[in-house]
Amino acid sequence: MEKLSPKFKYEVAQEPGGEDIKLCFACGICTASCPIREIDEGYNPRRIIRMVLLGMKQRVLSSDFIWFCSSCYACTERCPQGVRFTDVMNAIKNLAVKQGYIPASFTQQIDILKRFGRLYEIDEFDNKKRVGFGLPRVEKAKGFTNKIMVLTELDEIILRNNEK
Amino acid sequence: MKYALYPGCTVLGRGRNYEMAAREVAKAFGIEFVELDDFECCGFPVKSVNYETFMMMGARNIFAAEEKGLDICTLCSACTGSLTEVNKHLIEHFDEKTRIIARLKRNGINYRMGRDITIKHFTKILYEDIGVSEIEEQIEKKLSNLNIAAHYGCHYLKPTDIYDNPEDPENPHSLDELIMVTGANSVDYNEKMRCCGAGVLAISEDLAYSIVRPKLQELSKNSVDAMVLHCPFCSVMYDDNQKKIEQKFEEKYNLPVLYYPQLLGLALGIDAKLLGLRMNRVSTRAFLEKVGI
Ligand code: SF4
Ligand code: SF4
Ligand code: SF4
Repeated sequence: MEKLSPKFKYEVAQEPGGEDIKLCFACGICTASCPIREIDEGYNPRRIIRMVLLGMKQRVLSSDFIWFCSSCYACTERCPQGVRFTDVMNAIKNLAVKQGYIPASFTQQIDILKRFGRLYEIDEFDNKKRVGFGLPRVEKAKGFTNKIMVLTELDEIILRNNEK
Repeated sequence: MKYALYPGCTVLGRGRNYEMAAREVAKAFGIEFVELDDFECCGFPVKSVNYETFMMMGARNIFAAEEKGLDICTLCSACTGSLTEVNKHLIEHFDEKTRIIARLKRNGINYRMGRDITIKHFTKILYEDIGVSEIEEQIEKKLSNLNIAAHYGCHYLKPTDIYDNPEDPENPHSLDELIMVTGANSVDYNEKMRCCGAGVLAISEDLAYSIVRPKLQELSKNSVDAMVLHCPFCSVMYDDNQKKIEQKFEEKYNLPVLYYPQLLGLALGIDAKLLGLRMNRVSTRAFLEKVGI
């Protein structure tokens, strides 16, 4: 059995969007509203909150299911206690990344963003096509995105994860 | 009316038809788009990875427009949500805004502060700035006899507390009204408010496609001529991936998926080719024939 980390809820509450988690009174409306839950019974917002409040830190942060949230905000809109569960999930994912848990597809996207500043490279071939369709050219990104990733240390976080 | 156009990566990479139609429709209503070379990714893809990076990426794009004194027009609902969330935060926390500007500056990225700007989805610009009655006056070709299913998508509506004039997220009306002004019928349907599942596509295709399925099933069983949406992520799910989903579940949907400006463009009498209607993945040919093109 996992050793509990009673401070976990405070760690989540300190992340942007995680503040309101302690207001949850376990009514289950979030779970009932969730389109992911409808398809995958293993995903359960109310249970995730209980696990956080109980301090099941390693279980939550290392689980696959925290990445299943589609960020649809249905739970957030309906919660009678004003818990922003979509943001809470985000806070949990941010913490998971800091601990070294990040899905490969995210690392790949970040790599593309660092190189092109966008999720898709727009090269000369695309620009020819664009002009052919009457669209303005899109200039190469100036490297701002990469700079911001470096200065917010996203780089190091990812590198550290790759080493693990 | 002038906006900096923020196409967003997904539109640039996969939604050329959307961009073409939006630009044509904007022209028809005298909305001027300014291109800013400084725009890069809005930050949405890193929100769940590191909120600080997300905030800085969004802020920088906003500053690029702010410096030029321009409001931003978005086409992608995910960009809209991300940039609006960051913008609201910057407006409400001036100290943090100043800190971010200074931090960018120390790293060689310089922006001058200007007046606060607004982020607006193109659909909202049509609905709020132009207005349904003005649009009605410019309709050249009534698209009667068409049954259209509106797909709002999540981020266009939610979270409601970041938006200026939020609609009831469970019973919205802007897109329906904009569809009806073309003369088409906007149908009511059970799965209308279901999420498109794009948010989990990178994690699990199976899960994402299972979310898409009920909507395609319902609409293909009823006599709906097309689904209309206004976000490139949603379009990837319903249009680009429709074939894959048909194969996966061994079902046939054959449902054309149009971007809203493509539908409106037809009603304004704009050439289908200029609206990129040949680029939609699910063939729009039968649909265009019904419209009389
Ligand atoms: S809807 Fe709100 S209060 Fe109810 S269980 Fe979910 S988070 Fe808790
Ligand atoms: S935001 Fe996430 S947890 Fe909330 S209802 Fe949507 S998918 Fe479920
Ligand atoms: S939401 Fe997506 S498409 Fe829009 S800019 Fe951000 S990453 Fe690109």
